[in-house]
Amino acid sequence: MEPHEFPHIEQQLAPVFERHGCEANQLLKILREVQEIFHFIPPAAITCVASHLGVPRTQVEGVAGFYFFLSLKSVGEYRLLFSNNVTDQMQGNPELMQYFCHKLWLESGKVSEDNLLSVDSTSCTGMCDQGPAALINGWPLTNLDRDRLDMIAALIHDKKPVCDWPSMLFEVKDNIRRAGTLLGEPFEPGAAIRATLDRGSAATLMEMEASGLRGRGGAGFSVARKWSLCRASPGDHHYIVCNADEGEPGTFKDRVLLNSYADLVCEGMTVGARIIGATQGFLYLRGEYRYLLKKLEEVLARRRVAGLLGKNILGETGFDFDIEIHLGAGSYICGEESALIESLEGKRGRPRNRPPFPVTHGYLDQPTVVDNVETLACAARIAIQGGEWFAAIGTTQSTGSKILSIAGDCARPGIYEYPFGIALHEILDDCGAEDPYAVQVSGPSGILVPSKEFGRRISFEDLPTAGAFTVFKRGRDILQIVQNFARFFAHESCGFCTPCRVGTQLQKKIVDKITHGHGTVYDLEELKHVGHIMQSMSHCGLGHTAANPVLDMLEKFPDAYEHKLKNFAFEPVFDLDGALETARKITGRDDAWAHLS
Amino acid sequence: MGALVMSKAITIDGKSVSFIDGQTIMDAALAAGVYIPHLCHNPEFEPHGNCKLCIVSVNGRNMTACTMPAAEDMVVASDTPELDSDRQALVQMLFVEGNHICPACEASGNCQLQAAAYYLKMLSPHFMHFYPPREVDASHPDIFLDLNRCILCELCVRASREVDGKNVFGISGRGIGTHLVVNAASGRLGDTNFAVTDKAAQVCPTGAILIKRQGYKIPIGQRTFDHKKISEVQMEPAKRTEPEHE
Ligand SMILES: Cc1cc2nc3c(=O)[nH]c(=O)nc-3n(C[C@H](O)[C@H](O)[C@H](O)COP(=O)(O)O)c2cc1C
Ligand code: SF4
Ligand code: SF4
Ligand code: FES
Ligand code: FES
Repeated sequence: MEPHEFPHIEQQLAPVFERHGCEANQLLKILREVQEIFHFIPPAAITCVASHLGVPRTQVEGVAGFYFFLSLKSVGEYRLLFSNNVTDQMQGNPELMQYFCHKLWLESGKVSEDNLLSVDSTSCTGMCDQGPAALINGWPLTNLDRDRLDMIAALIHDKKPVCDWPSMLFEVKDNIRRAGTLLGEPFEPGAAIRATLDRGSAATLMEMEASGLRGRGGAGFSVARKWSLCRASPGDHHYIVCNADEGEPGTFKDRVLLNSYADLVCEGMTVGARIIGATQGFLYLRGEYRYLLKKLEEVLARRRVAGLLGKNILGETGFDFDIEIHLGAGSYICGEESALIESLEGKRGRPRNRPPFPVTHGYLDQPTVVDNVETLACAARIAIQGGEWFAAIGTTQSTGSKILSIAGDCARPGIYEYPFGIALHEILDDCGAEDPYAVQVSGPSGILVPSKEFGRRISFEDLPTAGAFTVFKRGRDILQIVQNFARFFAHESCGFCTPCRVGTQLQKKIVDKITHGHGTVYDLEELKHVGHIMQSMSHCGLGHTAANPVLDMLEKFPDAYEHKLKNFAFEPVFDLDGALETARKITGRDDAWAHLS
Repeated sequence: MGALVMSKAITIDGKSVSFIDGQTIMDAALAAGVYIPHLCHNPEFEPHGNCKLCIVSVNGRNMTACTMPAAEDMVVASDTPELDSDRQALVQMLFVEGNHICPACEASGNCQLQAAAYYLKMLSPHFMHFYPPREVDASHPDIFLDLNRCILCELCVRASREVDGKNVFGISGRGIGTHLVVNAASGRLGDTNFAVTDKAAQVCPTGAILIKRQGYKIPIGQRTFDHKKISEVQMEPAKRTEPEHE
């Protein structure tokens, strides 16, 4: 079949336009549906969507080409994406992917000749405690092994729709191993809103101030400050956004909060809405978590019936607020708040120039608060129990508790809630880490901590974290881990600014070169140089942090790369053996004689 | 315009530079005849802020001069060996990311990327070349589009949108796959309503958008940057437009 002829595109897309309307900010939603109908975004659909929304064709093509879950070439009826987080890698995903490709005569990244299926890898799907994981047409597969892949191959062969596949393949567990005040205590829906209404908005804001609550999404900005700034900003509308993009590899605590504590999160949003004066909220749910969409919609529906969302909430005249869920489409940068807002507006997820900041000019240029899922859950608790109660937990600069997503080399991976100030070695004991050698705190953009620093503490003043906690035992190849992270950043750079677009690639290429045994001392200096340029010249946090794992390795793990280096000062990057790869592919050879070294 | 308004000032490399509210650091600098290197900025269009050449240090923090609003008492450092060395690295990155064979390029001598490289004393591309496969589009009767030389400054995108009202150009892909696209289902420039008289046909800083049948009209050696520095050339429009407008 020539998949490029679409004579009936208008009729096919009519119901999509019916559902989403023809506003330009519906573009991403519409393209997600186009992708589902055709398994790609055909040029004819781009033209059709552009004319319906009244936007230039280039804008539609721009969005379609940006998100990993949208594609401009056919990816087949079935698209199997193996999660390539470092934990999936340690659990054997690369071998499983190879096994599957071999079995079905596929090449990763290419669609099968009958246009039935394609296989590829994707950034962390947030199932690190139950990997190896993958996505089939966007639905999460966990605990993969060869048996399961055999089953999947058969299901695809029989062209069974994914919705009819055995549910055991899609089982996702919460794995809450340690619950504290946030996860452990009972919560009655409505309690936080009622407390806020009783106390009044200004007084509730004072409680937030007293609580010392700081954002859980990474930057640690004061919630009271952000909310006051937004509340004070003039605008036709105010918006509150729950950042559920959870893209940092190794992080999965927001998934659990949304799965089992959605009321708490919605309530935090509603309290925030009351304080800043928002009538509309958005929950930006990463595409990888679309399986939660139905459940979350049900929670919202239930809350509307209970008078906790909608008009005159809890009988308070004029207190109107509702939440709409937006699905992402495979892009780490969309967790960055201004890129997230662009994405909400249906655009490419590219971080904005700041100032202005979202608190004054956010969604549709109106005052907007963007907060992490966990931050909002904390806010709901504070609204009920007060700021002082919260401030008594944790340390002076880091009040309250922190939920960690623990995975990697440990006996009990899962969700752990601790008061801030907990030392790494205590956490490692709790999760059953055997002979831990290093911990990646807060994902690739965070800090790689060697064992001699396991006395350090989780807190804004020592080891800040957005929640990822990935354990590596002795014997793990740190260089390989860092290579994984370097690839991640190169894959996820939005491409807007020169230092990050080119720097993440250079970094990846140099780390690859060292991994392949062609690196020299010169390349180490080169990594520092590129790292410096990304840190000092980049447009956003992605570029600023993309060199972290590499620089941590250079500084703290010399054993990881020194034995790999050549003895002379410089070797050109051109790899003669690598250049033969195409010839090897064509001839189907990979034996010793087909290699130079 | 009251004297009170004009009295606001920032300091750039020790020189006091006055500004009015709404001006960026770049606007203020250009108006005062202070040069801050830049590639993606052109005062005729909305600032974009992606090449990052114009990054300056403001009270010790790096900021993008072409998008950062000037504010009272900013102490800006721009002409420093550290920043120029970082800027040089950015230009080198732009060189290796694309395919720039200057001696064989029609834009040589008129190209701002090349001129920026001279200005920043770049002697070699330093980094490994990417040699990306990129398209050359000769479908338009009057214009060549050679993406090998595109540095993604989006000046053509902005010119076409803001001045020509046409949206002939846009950006698709992401990361290193980010690329220029044109407004046609075929993907060919010849199938768009692009015209050689469009503003967008005049703004490309490199040789990515070339007007046909103009090749080597001005011999190499007599071109813009053969006798002028990029700093002089880029300062000209600002000086010209400022007094003449009112
Ligand atoms: C590249 C990048 C990715 C980010 N991803 C997320 C994310 O997935 N979830 C999140 O809550 N914050 C993320 N952030 C931080 C947000 O920009 C923002 O600071 C946060 O949502 C604010 O909420 P908080 O104050 O409650 O932490 C990211 C930042 C950057 C630079
Ligand atoms: S566009 Fe400029 S930098 Fe690129 S090849 Fe031509 S002259 Fe050289
Ligand atoms: S074609 Fe020229 S003007 Fe357009 S983005 Fe590329 S380099 Fe900039
Ligand atoms: S693309 Fe985000 S830092 Fe450059
Ligand atoms: S000139 Fe300012 S970022 Fe390009």
